[in-house]
Amino acid sequence: MVIIQRSYAVEKNDFTRAGEVSSQIKKIMKQVGVKPEIIRRVSVSAYEAEMNIIIHSDGGSIEFIITPEQIKLIALDRGPGIENTELAMKEGYSTASRDVRELGFGAGMGLPNMKRCADEFAIESVFGKYTKISITFDQSPDQME
Amino acid sequence: MNVFELQEKLNLDLVSGKEGTHRQVSGVYIGDMLSWVMAKAQQNNAWITIQTNLNVMAVAVMTDVSCIIVAENAEIPDETIIKSEEEAIPLLRSALTAYQLAARYAGAVDNE
Repeated sequence: MVIIQRSYAVEKNDFTRAGEVSSQIKKIMKQVGVKPEIIRRVSVSAYEAEMNIIIHSDGGSIEFIITPEQIKLIALDRGPGIENTELAMKEGYSTASRDVRELGFGAGMGLPNMKRCADEFAIESVFGKYTKISITFDQSPDQME
Repeated sequence: MNVFELQEKLNLDLVSGKEGTHRQVSGVYIGDMLSWVMAKAQQNNAWITIQTNLNVMAVAVMTDVSCIIVAENAEIPDETIIKSEEEAIPLLRSALTAYQLAARYAGAVDNE
């Protein structure tokens, strides 16, 4: 299997295009024959990462890499950073505004969802600067269809 | 049961996404908080919600549910309908509540 690498820009507050990046990522995985169970986990994580950038950040990007062994998602934004990442990781904790909650977001499940879906999950944030989330999913060759 | 049969049995209006009505339905998930649904809905579930903004279509695509049933005749924006056509994910609607719809689904499954 060839190595695929894509980088997508995600804009702040762009709710009308929300989910487009994760949809594209899902399509690529289907095309190259990633196992459905892994497609689901990567898709959910990609969507949560995309929505986090749209809702909470000043904009950023999502990088998507497939190798025979792993699938990787790297979400990097231009700030404003997370004050307390430990608190942000807690299920049910959210800083989403009332408007955003009315759209059905702000359950405080985004980061915990990503961590649960991932084989490896890392979050790095400098308050006032950026947040970077790196998520890795293992795929051994026998998991390919 | 497929989406078309579900529509008939529960007496639902098909709003859009006719192309996807052959899809099999297995179980129901009810929820309006998108991340929660994202974490819990299973592939081929019929998803019952009153949430109708464009983002529900993305959640449906990611979770691979077989259709979305909008309860209590909640209004559906055009952009959501257009996306449902594009993705071939049926969007159905009913005046019934989520509870009533789920109860009817359970009754329909029992009679199969």
